[in-house]
Amino acid sequence: MLTLTHYLIVSAALFAMGIAGILIRRNILMILLAIELMFNAANLAFIAYARAWADLGGQIAVFFVITVAAAEVTVGLAIAILLSRQLNTLNADEVSRLKG
Amino acid sequence: MGELLLFYLIAALMVAAALSVVGSRLPIYSVLSLLVVMGCQAVFFVMLHAYFVAAIQLLLYAGAVLVLFLFVIMLLQLSPEAVAYPRLLSRPAIGITAAFGLFLILRTVFFRSLAQEPPLADLSRPHSTVEAIAHALMTKYLLPFELTSLLILAALIGAVTLAKQQASDSRLKR
Repeated sequence: MLTLTHYLIVSAALFAMGIAGILIRRNILMILLAIELMFNAANLAFIAYARAWADLGGQIAVFFVITVAAAEVTVGLAIAILLSRQLNTLNADEVSRLKG
Repeated sequence: MGELLLFYLIAALMVAAALSVVGSRLPIYSVLSLLVVMGCQAVFFVMLHAYFVAAIQLLLYAGAVLVLFLFVIMLLQLSPEAVAYPRLLSRPAIGITAAFGLFLILRTVFFRSLAQEPPLADLSRPHSTVEAIAHALMTKYLLPFELTSLLILAALIGAVTLAKQQASDSRLKR
């Protein structure tokens, strides 16, 4: 019998892997990809809850999350291109100019 | 029974692809693995009767966002050493341990909060048609919907500004 818990466990696994990606990888592109993975985990939890309680709010929330993710990726990738052009690096550890 | 089998199949594929996203050496493999994750996600959405969101997921996420990633990666022509290796040797171990701990915590929380969960198959009423979503979006969630347009405008202007700065700064920097 397929229950809500099944989906939530998969969602938790995806979220944990996204966190691991952010902690392990230093490439900015890889960090952005891991963030996308975590967005997906949250979306799966939203949809599973929306189905379990027959409430449309969860699906609306996923709609907004996808929109926000698209906007975030646009600006994030523009910044990544700027970094590689101006500082010649994509390593997040080497970008420390804001420290002054 | 067939649904459960399909769930485990898709879940295994999804977790394997997600591991490949986090672990593969080249970013382009990560992006293509993320494409597999998005596809599995869309299958889950269909299994959960969220047809509109599944379509949006494939069109917007897999279609637009990942293609943007692919463009940037091909544009940047990353050298192998630009795919940075961790500075400290112990860093992956720490990260993986922390992430696994987070997974255990989330799992426990989900199990605790779901002692009285409704089984998914009990709900037969189709409530998630495109019409219902559009109605909710235009009435109850009208303000966030309108604010979304502001957010997209801000992202648009931000991206254009960053690109323009790059053109005018290039003679200042070097």
